[in-house]
Amino acid sequence: MTFTDIQTLLEDQFGSIFRANTQNPQPYLVVPADRLVEVCRFLRDDNRLFFDLLACITAIDNGTSAGTMDVIYTLTSIPYEHNLALYVTVARNQPDEPLPGVPSVTSIWRTADWHEREAFDLVGIRFEGHPDLRRILLPTDWVGHPLRSDYQEIDQYHGIRNQ
Amino acid sequence: MNPSSPSNKSGEASVFFITSEELLNWSRSSSLWPLTFGLACCAIEMMGAMASNYDLERFGIFPRPSPRQSDIMIVSGTVTYKMADRIRRLYEQMSEPRYVISMGSCANCGGPYWQHGYHVVKGVDKIIPVDVYVPGCPPRPEALIDGFLKLQEKIRAEHPLTGDKPTPSLPAEERRKA
Repeated sequence: MTFTDIQTLLEDQFGSIFRANTQNPQPYLVVPADRLVEVCRFLRDDNRLFFDLLACITAIDNGTSAGTMDVIYTLTSIPYEHNLALYVTVARNQPDEPLPGVPSVTSIWRTADWHEREAFDLVGIRFEGHPDLRRILLPTDWVGHPLRSDYQEIDQYHGIRNQ
Repeated sequence: MNPSSPSNKSGEASVFFITSEELLNWSRSSSLWPLTFGLACCAIEMMGAMASNYDLERFGIFPRPSPRQSDIMIVSGTVTYKMADRIRRLYEQMSEPRYVISMGSCANCGGPYWQHGYHVVKGVDKIIPVDVYVPGCPPRPEALIDGFLKLQEKIRAEHPLTGDKPTPSLPAEERRKA
């Protein structure tokens, strides 16, 4: 099934809530954050689509001037061998504001658990409804999210100087 | 057959004289037992050095499963801040005399993470004292073995009974002449 076929199928089901980018080497669909879970559930459960594997979750900080962050879901259907990339764009938070929230897809793919913890740890995305959202790579007492464009490196950690 | 030949194992007792300090240094430098742990790709080279091709056991180097039984810690790989506390604790659990070999660029100075590694300790000597630095990324097993030989040289120059400063060792060239 091609990207256009999948897009048509989804638009039949949900209406024109998607924005498609086909200029990219890997075409993708932008999904509104509040519709993400139902779209993902349909992608997994529909027999024509059968996206049974969530291959990756990537989070990208587009920088302070753009003021947005992207979360990218890379899906694969193992029996049909077709792929799909979904983008969710959220507003970047100011330093005194809570982290940007995206609904968790752990109820659909169990593998999202650790992927979402990694995106939370390094980029600072709050996945609403995640069963256990804590840091996965960095120590629990770490401050900040290092893959953000405005991250300031720490001077010392537990008395160990950085330079 | 030459009766003094080492291959002539007649079972007769032989005697040699040695100072107690030399005996201690000889035994310490001939049974360096490292703590079994690896941190990154350098650990693969360390495992290679311990396996049959390079066979570190012929030097008396035999990995131990507990810091309580170990004499030496090989820091083989990238030391992250998260790991730093654990490394310091393992080092403190080792009984004295204890030695540290810093293996590879990451453990020496941060290596490729020197500038932008927000998570990397820029040299394991920021947390524990290091005796020998082995350069390389990763060092070949030969380089690690050379590090052990350098450490043995260092141990042989020590004065464990008097507590005096180690005798400065001569450079290899001078030593050959002497």
